[in-house]
Amino acid sequence: MSLLELSRRPGRTTFRLSRPAVSGVLRPRLLLCCVGLAALTVVVCCVGIATGDYPISPLRVVPALVGAGDPGQVFIVRELRLPRALVAILAGAAFAVSGGIFQTITRNPLASPDMIGINAGATTAVVAGIVLGGGGLRLPPLGLAGGLAAAGLIFLLAWRRGATGYRIVLVGIAVAWMCTSATDYLLTRAQLAEAQNAVGWLVGNLNGRGWESVRPLGAAVAVLLPAAMLLGRWTRTLHLGDEVARGLGTPVQLARLCLLVVGVALVAFATAATGPVLFVALAAPQIAQRLAGLSAPPILAAALTGALMVSASDLLARWIIPDVDLPVGVVTGALGAAFLLWLLVRTNRAGSGG
Amino acid sequence: MTPHPTLAETASPAPDGSAPATPADSGTPAPPTLRAERLRLTYGERVVVDGLDLVVPPGKISVIVGANACGKSTLLRALARLLNPASGSVQLDGRAIHTLPTRQVARQVGILPQAPVAPEGLTVIDLVGRGRAPHQTWWRQWSAADEAAVSAALAATGITELADRPVDELSGGQRQRAWIAMAVAQQTPVLLLDEPTTFLDLSHQIDVLDLVVDLNRRDGRTVVMVLHDLNQACRYADHVIAMKAGRIVAQGVPAEVITADLVAEVFDVRCTVTADPLTGTPLVIPTGRHHGGPAAPSPATD
Amino acid sequence: MTTDQATPAVAGLSRPGRPPGARRGPLGPLLLATALLIVLALCSIAVGSRQIPLDEVVMALVDRSAADPQIAAIIWGVRLPRTLLGLLIGAALGLSGALMQGLTRNPLADPGLLGVSAGGALGVVVAVGGFGIGALYGYIWFAFAGALLASVVVYLLGSLGRGGSTPVKVALAGVAVTFLLNSLTNVVVLRDPQALNRYRFWAAGSLAGPDGATILAVLPFLAVGVVLALATAPALNSLALGDDVATALGRRVGLVRLQGTLAVTLLAGAAVAVAGPIVFVGLVVPHVARLITGPNHRWLLPFTMVLAPALLLLADVVGRIVARPSEVGVGIVAAFLGGPFFIALVRRRRLAEL
Repeated sequence: MSLLELSRRPGRTTFRLSRPAVSGVLRPRLLLCCVGLAALTVVVCCVGIATGDYPISPLRVVPALVGAGDPGQVFIVRELRLPRALVAILAGAAFAVSGGIFQTITRNPLASPDMIGINAGATTAVVAGIVLGGGGLRLPPLGLAGGLAAAGLIFLLAWRRGATGYRIVLVGIAVAWMCTSATDYLLTRAQLAEAQNAVGWLVGNLNGRGWESVRPLGAAVAVLLPAAMLLGRWTRTLHLGDEVARGLGTPVQLARLCLLVVGVALVAFATAATGPVLFVALAAPQIAQRLAGLSAPPILAAALTGALMVSASDLLARWIIPDVDLPVGVVTGALGAAFLLWLLVRTNRAGSGG
Repeated sequence: MTPHPTLAETASPAPDGSAPATPADSGTPAPPTLRAERLRLTYGERVVVDGLDLVVPPGKISVIVGANACGKSTLLRALARLLNPASGSVQLDGRAIHTLPTRQVARQVGILPQAPVAPEGLTVIDLVGRGRAPHQTWWRQWSAADEAAVSAALAATGITELADRPVDELSGGQRQRAWIAMAVAQQTPVLLLDEPTTFLDLSHQIDVLDLVVDLNRRDGRTVVMVLHDLNQACRYADHVIAMKAGRIVAQGVPAEVITADLVAEVFDVRCTVTADPLTGTPLVIPTGRHHGGPAAPSPATD
Repeated sequence: MTTDQATPAVAGLSRPGRPPGARRGPLGPLLLATALLIVLALCSIAVGSRQIPLDEVVMALVDRSAADPQIAAIIWGVRLPRTLLGLLIGAALGLSGALMQGLTRNPLADPGLLGVSAGGALGVVVAVGGFGIGALYGYIWFAFAGALLASVVVYLLGSLGRGGSTPVKVALAGVAVTFLLNSLTNVVVLRDPQALNRYRFWAAGSLAGPDGATILAVLPFLAVGVVLALATAPALNSLALGDDVATALGRRVGLVRLQGTLAVTLLAGAAVAVAGPIVFVGLVVPHVARLITGPNHRWLLPFTMVLAPALLLLADVVGRIVARPSEVGVGIVAAFLGGPFFIALVRRRRLAEL
């Protein structure tokens, strides 16, 4: 018996190590997707860092990142522009993974934290802070608290001898609408300037994000993304329905609770850092799933897709109207929608019915 | 009606004398015992099964028969701990099944529910591979045992050549066999099947039932299944359990249990029971309203 | 299947009790709900910055000349149009919500899923920001046009490709178009404070503004929508069993979808244009009605037509009382009245899954 055994069939390769008894299934197309997405994200980030009031050659970006080159450039790259790029990557990944988790729990491609009230809770808290608090409060912690509070409320209200995915979604929608209505009400009570400030945040924004935004979000993603990937073993059986999953020994309620906690935490931290960047959570998992040709959203590929979406959108936003800092959420909304529609039409042609 | 006198000693590890043990599995322990005690099952307010006692004969094929809505699928789901009892218990080797870790149960008891739905685009081999979930760990996602079990399950159900096709593109019969393969790949000593022959044409029905017998004879697996066809039940069951309105009306060897009176009681159908020319098991021939000869119009006793 | 010559064996199979054909619809509850609606309508006329006793309301309605001319002027000039508008908009939203859920077989569907809210919003901001339309309700036609256009686009995108429109395709297309339009709206709003100002009050939802002439103008659209909607009821019952079964039952599935979508477009488009995005009513009320009627659309649709305006009028009356002398938008109150109710329903029993 050799040290490494490989066996291949179309779409999946299995590997088996004999020494540490590790084995698994590799999907070449998924792997290719991940590598491609990661490479694209890095390129887009470098271009993004190079772009700005003080343009830097993209080729100088990488040396500057490790501290080589003109000290002024190093300062601009490392202190001013890198945090923004990192927030884009981290927030995109967090939104996307969270969306994939919610779509798995509910077995519904329309379910995303955008829809079931977690973003809405964060939004209401932040808008209340802007409109009522007068600016003394720091917005990110407020957003985090709002998102977590909404999620706690949803789970508490949906819990009754266990929580089915269906009930979580329905309660979530009701909570989302109430939060959105509260936000609308606060906006009508606000001064016009405050309202404009609030809307700017509502759309999702990367302007002026520094290291203080990167640290909490980075820590959250560093813990929660691996957690989400480890939970993948449970999600694989959950896709077959609660009964089959239970029959296969998956602790369905526990799995769902863990997934929910991870998904909520991801989206709450991301929303606190950037505001609710539209559409990433909904579209990125679906896009990743279709790119990889799988039956369910793959976690890592979804994270990379989200990171690329937000990074590219930020770059585009700055290119389209250079003098105005267009919020990134405007572009993710437009870009993501267009891409999802294109995929929809394309898969229709292939006959798989979207 | 206790045709299995050895049942009393099922707790002892001695293999059941009637189960032919091949040299390959001589080392495997006796199949676990599964029994229900004073089982009461409800859906919300509605009581479906009440005060039911059952000992599943280990190493045998048991078939539950009964009219629609008599609680047979509900019983099967409870035996697989998919439904927690309102009172009473289901016991696996003497321990209440719904208090055991679900993963531990999943290595002992496999269940194929009625009409499961696979996500769009999932391939057959991936579906069957997911049957290995209770045997896998975080780092061992595809061991040699997994590979062997999945290949064997695909071969046994005759769908090896369909392995890379998406489940949702298969015909009803192929899809059903893929799901059965998933349950087979789980390699549990007890296998519960809820109407495994639905959607299958005659030849595939026989294939699936023969496969069940193979699993039983070769590996000594205990099988409990719900079947609608009484004649197939009689032919393939070692033990038949007839249910009506949430309770067991009769159980035992088909030849002793399936009589014209029982069929009339359980299914409200008049019939003639003769011997199957091939196997000698009971062969139920329902009379119907139009083909009963001169006796047809006479009202059936209720 | 029940015939006289049935033998005991067959009779034993059929259900005891009334034969299936004799099952009566829930006429009693419908009458009760209608009575409730009438009471609420009278309250809506009586309650406001100037309270009018109910007997005077009835008197002024019966014979305008007999009443105090000042009171008659308030009732006929302000309160009656507003109440009528509430009735019309409520019925339209409820009906379109029930239709949308039936057509997509998705309990999460609301009329907003066809993009009408987003289209209407874009219409408003384009009217104000792009064309500088300052008249108080001059933007209604823009909103209506936006809503119509958006739903046509969603329908066409959803029905592209092989197999025509399927629920999942329509839902995904609807979400994508909604996000796309929201992004565009945000672009306009962020650059033009005036458009934001108008938009934020429109988004809160209100029955206060439009006069009799506006109501008359949208009435034909609503009437056509109601007729189309009610006519689809039997077909929706077949559609609930799946496209294939519906076809086998002699329904032309594509045509039913087209007709239903047209009805939703007219109803929800007109409602959103006039009163703002209050689509939550369309999501909640069908679930409530389904508890009473079961899944039979012949009864479900009339019930939603009565219950939805009741919720809307109640929300409007409450909105006038809670923040006197100012008002809270009806959309906001409706969400806060409907939300907890909806959550209670979700918790209490399993809602009929579509």
